[in-house]
Amino acid sequence: MSRTLYDLIGLFAGVCFILALKGLSHPKTARRGNKIGAVGATIATLVVFFYANEGSSLPLNNLGWILGAVAVGALIGVPAARKVQMTQMPQLVALFNGVGGGAAALVAIVEYLHLGNTATTAEVIFTVFTVIVGCVSFSGSIITFLKLQELMTTRPVVFPGGRFVIAGTLVAVLGVAVWVVSALGTTPLLVLAALSLLFGVLFVLPVGGADVPIVISLLNAFTGLTVAASGYVLNSVLLIIAGTLVGASGTILTRLMAEAMGRSLFGTLFGAFTAKPQDTSGVAEERPVRSGSPDDVAILLNYARRVVIVPGFGLAVAQAQHTVRELADLMIAKGIDVAYGIHPVAGRMPGHMNVLLAEANVPYDQLLEMDEVNPTFGQTDVAIVIGANDVVNPAAQNSPGCPIYGMPILEVSNAANVVFLKRSMRPGFAGIENELLYDPKTMLLFGDAKASLTKVVSALKAL
Amino acid sequence: MSAVAIISIFTLAVFVGFEVVSKVSSTLHTPLMSGANAIHGVILVGAIIVADHSSTNLELGLAVAAIVLATINMVGGFVVTDRMLEMFKGKK
Repeated sequence: MSRTLYDLIGLFAGVCFILALKGLSHPKTARRGNKIGAVGATIATLVVFFYANEGSSLPLNNLGWILGAVAVGALIGVPAARKVQMTQMPQLVALFNGVGGGAAALVAIVEYLHLGNTATTAEVIFTVFTVIVGCVSFSGSIITFLKLQELMTTRPVVFPGGRFVIAGTLVAVLGVAVWVVSALGTTPLLVLAALSLLFGVLFVLPVGGADVPIVISLLNAFTGLTVAASGYVLNSVLLIIAGTLVGASGTILTRLMAEAMGRSLFGTLFGAFTAKPQDTSGVAEERPVRSGSPDDVAILLNYARRVVIVPGFGLAVAQAQHTVRELADLMIAKGIDVAYGIHPVAGRMPGHMNVLLAEANVPYDQLLEMDEVNPTFGQTDVAIVIGANDVVNPAAQNSPGCPIYGMPILEVSNAANVVFLKRSMRPGFAGIENELLYDPKTMLLFGDAKASLTKVVSALKAL
Repeated sequence: MSAVAIISIFTLAVFVGFEVVSKVSSTLHTPLMSGANAIHGVILVGAIIVADHSSTNLELGLAVAAIVLATINMVGGFVVTDRMLEMFKGKK
């Protein structure tokens, strides 16, 4: 195959990626968009096997190794993606992003070893960039995975002098980068990779709770840029186009996500440099709460005219989406006005709740976004909060200094009654106490969301 | 390829990337991120190219690891995005 044809096919794949991102931006075309992207990626991969780079011939060297490695990757990736539960998708995306960054860093290292002293300065600079950013993306994504999977604390990890350690590591990374460019050698490059991995860990550790998805999106954009840089070193137009597209759209997406959550992007990213160690040692005081039985909740609902359901991560964990729909249908049959109040970041990721409720075939017109539902809480008799906490926490509005201050919330406290379905008094993902739980108009129903909802449904049927 | 050509491609791709996702509802943030994530899995192409011209066992070993990781990223990424979007079907 000629170089021209090879590059034209690469361009075609690049166009597929543009159409994919375009399609993914609209609900109607999203699924088709993703498929177009997959077609582009498949074509791009197949065509490499039919083009001999200069100084090389077909079939590719090490073909057995290459095909074997692709098979292994597919055998790991496909079942992981197929079997993952809805609740765990965010961390899987983080993990996929991390391995992508790791792959880009490895490609850069191999190419560096291969080029040896024949590398031009520009090639070395791009290689160094890829190694740094790829390693940061890899180790950073692993930390976000551990946080989301709750294998480690979800709170910001801040240690005394942390900001100096982070700044020091960054300076060391840049210093070694200069060393690699000027001295060329394997050892400096490996030191650089190790320091970059460390920096990725330190960079993500201080990010807590609700900000984790924003960081995943940012690391995603980072990985895109490393792919673009690899494209330069490997002389591949396709990689430059694809990587740049992801880098640019990922940056915009990161900003959009931060806006949807009312977070400043700067504050999220550089929180590490400004955050102070939080005093978390204080024992939570025992305060009275009003807990009720499923019958109490059913009675409250039975005499309501308007009910707003606020789902959160607890609903996803309990897989209670079908039960909550059953409850909503029952209430609608009784002539009660029912709506779902969807916070943009309820759950672990933006859009998490929409996806979950769509699975239970909840009619789309019952799902109200935050701006639509907030003005209606004043006329709402009961707000049922199912496994959500941070997104309804008034501290975000009236407690400056708390980690979620400034995040727009669902103002359920304006409803006449609030019912919380919770597993325990444990605070939400961001680890902040919720004053609303102690409000006299709040009733708590403890237990697994699905079990509790099932009991409420049968109690309501009996009325 | 000339430096100017590369800078041109890069600059145009930046603007296209900004433009295509500038208006997207928060409902689609997660699938869009996941889809973009799958797209950067095309680093697989780069991994295959370096595996082809690897001349030492070290290079080949690292390249093979890169291929495995990149394939997980690409194939897994598209499959998981499709699963997320499956939930949106039949929606207006």
